Amino acid sequence: MRNRLHVKVPRTAAKGDVIRLMSKLNHPMESGWRKRLDGQVAPKSLAGEFRCLLNGREVFRADLESGTASDPYLSFYVRVEESGVFRFQWVGDGDQRFEAEAAIEVMG
Amino acid sequence: MLSRREILLLCGAVTAAGLPFGGMLREASAAPADAKKLLAELTGGAEQQQDGVKITLPAVTDQARHVPMRVSVESPMTEQDHVKAIHVVAERNPTPAIASFHLSPSNGKAEISTRIRLLQTQVVVAAVEMSDGSVRIGKARCKITGGAGGCG
Repeated sequence: MRNRLHVKVPRTAAKGDVIRLMSKLNHPMESGWRKRLDGQVAPKSLAGEFRCLLNGREVFRADLESGTASDPYLSFYVRVEESGVFRFQWVGDGDQRFEAEAAIEVMG
Repeated sequence: MLSRREILLLCGAVTAAGLPFGGMLREASAAPADAKKLLAELTGGAEQQQDGVKITLPAVTDQARHVPMRVSVESPMTEQDHVKAIHVVAERNPTPAIASFHLSPSNGKAEISTRIRLLQTQVVVAAVEMSDGSVRIGKARCKITGGAGGCG
């Protein structure tokens, strides 16, 4: 399977905690510089837009250029005040779109 | 069929003569000046301070296609004082731009990790836009050993 999307979110957290979120997308992230075995340059194809939303509100965004490695991986932090659902969106060239969700329960 | 010795001699001759092979390599990698221009564009030309930004890269790696990188910025991440964006640029990659990360007070901590590509041994620069409009710069050098760089 190509283009598998992985996300890692703690199941529970205390109110006000700063938690670490991770996401990885299996994607070749063609830089537009790589030569294939037949000598042709592989056309540029990136999954360049990443967005993370908590209950529909954007908490983190990244614009990835060709200097990002293949199978892009991102880790970042978010302060949680309420339970909810994290939504991870990757948007690539040519209308590629990958999404995943993960719920978190916030206590206290 | 060339012997190993002949191939080595040939490679040496090509490099010494500065023939197209060497020229191609130079052409494919941007000059640090391009990276400076790009950074100025990304940050709107604000004055740059050199503190509070830490880039963590391996000092030496032979895995140029997947170089782990962490950028952390000293900031309380409050409404009044937080990191708005982190721009990462590799001076000697064919396309210097690596990524831009957009943060807000809801992040709680200004730290991101990812994996990057580096064509050759070089300095990676992170320009950080703060909420008060100031720009901070952090730098780290990574040595690439063995084989081709990570961009091809």
